[in-house]
Amino acid sequence: MSGHSTYQPKTGFERWLDSRLPIIRLAHDTAVSYPTPRNLNYWWTFGGILTLCLGVQIITGIILAMHYTASADHAFNSVEHIMRDVNYGWLIRYMHANGASMFFIAVYIHMFRGLYYGSYKAPREVLWLLGCIIYLLMMATGFMGYVLPWGQMSFHGTVVITNLFGAFPIVGEAITTWLWGGFAVDNPTLNRFFSLHYLLPFVIAGVVILHIWALHVVGQNNPTGVEPKSKADTVPFTPYATVKDGFAMSVFLILFATFVFYMPNALGHADNYIPANPLVTPAHIVPEWYYLPFYAILRAVPDKLMGVLAMFASIGCFFALPWLDTSKVRSLRYRPTAKLYFWIFVLACLVLGYCGGRLPDDPVIPGLKTFILGDSDPNSFVWLSRIATAYYFAYFAVIIPVLGLVEKTLPVPETIASPALSHPAPAKTEA
Amino acid sequence: MSNLAVGATTDPGHSSDDPSRRDFIHIAAIAAAAGGAAAVVWPFIDQMNPAGDTLALASVEFDLGKVMQGQQVTIKWRGKPLFIRNRTPAEIAKAVQDDNASMKDPAKDADRTKEGKQQWMILIGNCTHLGCVPTFGGGEYGGWFCPCHGSVYDTSGRIRKGPAPLNLALPEYAFLTDTRVKIG
Repeated sequence: MSGHSTYQPKTGFERWLDSRLPIIRLAHDTAVSYPTPRNLNYWWTFGGILTLCLGVQIITGIILAMHYTASADHAFNSVEHIMRDVNYGWLIRYMHANGASMFFIAVYIHMFRGLYYGSYKAPREVLWLLGCIIYLLMMATGFMGYVLPWGQMSFHGTVVITNLFGAFPIVGEAITTWLWGGFAVDNPTLNRFFSLHYLLPFVIAGVVILHIWALHVVGQNNPTGVEPKSKADTVPFTPYATVKDGFAMSVFLILFATFVFYMPNALGHADNYIPANPLVTPAHIVPEWYYLPFYAILRAVPDKLMGVLAMFASIGCFFALPWLDTSKVRSLRYRPTAKLYFWIFVLACLVLGYCGGRLPDDPVIPGLKTFILGDSDPNSFVWLSRIATAYYFAYFAVIIPVLGLVEKTLPVPETIASPALSHPAPAKTEA
Repeated sequence: MSNLAVGATTDPGHSSDDPSRRDFIHIAAIAAAAGGAAAVVWPFIDQMNPAGDTLALASVEFDLGKVMQGQQVTIKWRGKPLFIRNRTPAEIAKAVQDDNASMKDPAKDADRTKEGKQQWMILIGNCTHLGCVPTFGGGEYGGWFCPCHGSVYDTSGRIRKGPAPLNLALPEYAFLTDTRVKIG
C-alpha cells in the first residue's frame, strides 16, 4: 500500500524544505493521500481514538506532575490539593483518571476488532505484535499510575501485584525487594513508580509510531479481509478517514465527558480516598476494572505460582495468535462457526471481568448451596472463573488452530468493491 | 625451487599467525567491552535495591507491658506490619493440641515461640499469599483471616486453609528483659 508519493510541493518554501527535510511529504503521504479500503466501518475508528487518548493522558499527566508530590508523606495530600486548590485541578485529574478507563475501553474494542476481522494474520504479524507490546506498556503504566495517589487501594494493590513476582522460586524474594527498594512497599517504591509512570507514555508513543509505520507498510485490513486490488477498492485517507475518525472521536468524547462531569468516581474505588495504611488491608481489594479478567484468572488457579504463570500466559496468547490461527480466511464475516466461538470468547472475557470484581467464595446464584467440589462450592465465583479461564485458553490453544483446518467457510468476495454495495455477506447479486 | 617461494601468498591451511592473532584481538575486545558494559549496568540495577538508610532502620524495641492477655498490638517494622499477640492459655493449649494436625507447612507451636514465653506470638503480619494484612481473631481457628483471598491461620500463625503456601513468617527477635523485646 505504501506506493509512490503523490505530494506536489506548491510553494517555493515547500520545495526548499522538501529537498532538505521531506516532513510535509511524510505528513501528506501518511494522513492525506494514504489509500484506505473503501469499506472500513466504525470499528476502524478506534486507532484514531486511541491516539487521542494517549495525547489526553500525556497532556493532563504533565500538568498533574506540576502539582503532585511523589513522596509517601505528601502524595495523598498533594492529590487532594490538586482536587481542592489548584485551578481546574479537579477537572484535569478527573480527565486523567477517567482517561485511563477510556483508553482501555478503546484498546479493548480495537483488539477485539483485530480478532474478529483477522487483522493479525499475515502479513500483519509485526503490526499485531507491536500492538500487543503497546497493550503491555499500557497495563504497566496504568498500574503505576494508580499507585501514585497513595490511597488504601493504591497501596494494597501494589502489595498484591508486586508480591506476584514473589511466586517465582528462588529469585522471587530478591525480585520483590528490588522492585520495592526496601522490605515492603514504601516511599522508594512510590518514587520509582512515579518516574516510570512519567517515562512509559513516551515509550508507548514511540511504539505507536512503529505500529503506524508497520500499518502503512502492509496497509489496513478491512471488514472483508480481502486485500485491495485496484484503485476502486480504496479512497484517500483525507477526507474520508479523517472525517469519519473525527466524527467517531466526537462521539467518544461525549462518553468521556459524561464520566468526567457526571460520574467521575464511578470507575474508581471509594477506599482509594483513604490514605495508605500499611497496617490495615481493605476488606475487599480489587484492581481497576481493566485488569479484572486477568485478576480472575490469577485467582482461578489454586496454586500461587501456577496462578501467576496462567495470568502471564493469558496475555502471552495474544503474542502467539498469528501463528495459532490456521485459517486461510481472515474475516469472521465468512467464518460462521468461528464467529460463534468468537462471541463466546468475548462472553468469557466479560464473565472473567465480572468474577474478578467479586469475592471468590461468594455464590453466583444467591442463596443456593450445593456441595464442595475440590476447594469450594461449584456455585461460586471461583468455579465460574475456572470455567471461563478454561474456555479462554482453549480458544487460543485448541479452537483457533483446529477450526482453521476443519471449518467450512463461506465464499469470500473477489474484491472489496464487489461486495461493498451488497453487504451483508455472503455476496448476493442485488445491485 | 626457492625461486617459487617468493611472494606474499600464504598457505590458508597453516602458517601465518595473522588471522588467529586478529581473532584473538577481536575476542578480547568484545569480552572487555561486554565485561565493561556489565560492570556499568550493575550499578544501574542495584540502585533499586534497599538503600543504606532503609537497611539501617532494621530493628525496633517494644515494651510488651502494653499488650494485655488476649490482645494483639500491630507495629510497623521495616515498613511491614508486625503482630505482637499475647495469647491466652486456652489459645496456646489449642495450638499445641493441633501440632500434629494435617497442615500445608507443618510446624510445632513450641518452635514458633521462645521457650518460657509461649504467650508471646510475634509474627510478620503479611499473608504469605500476596501480602495483605490478615485480621486478628478471624477464621475458624481464632488466629487470623486474610480478607483478600481467604487464607485462614491458627493462633500459632500456621496456615490452615486457603491459597497461602506458608505459615506467617517469624521475624528475628530476642527478649531483652521479661517485658522488653528487640525485633530485627
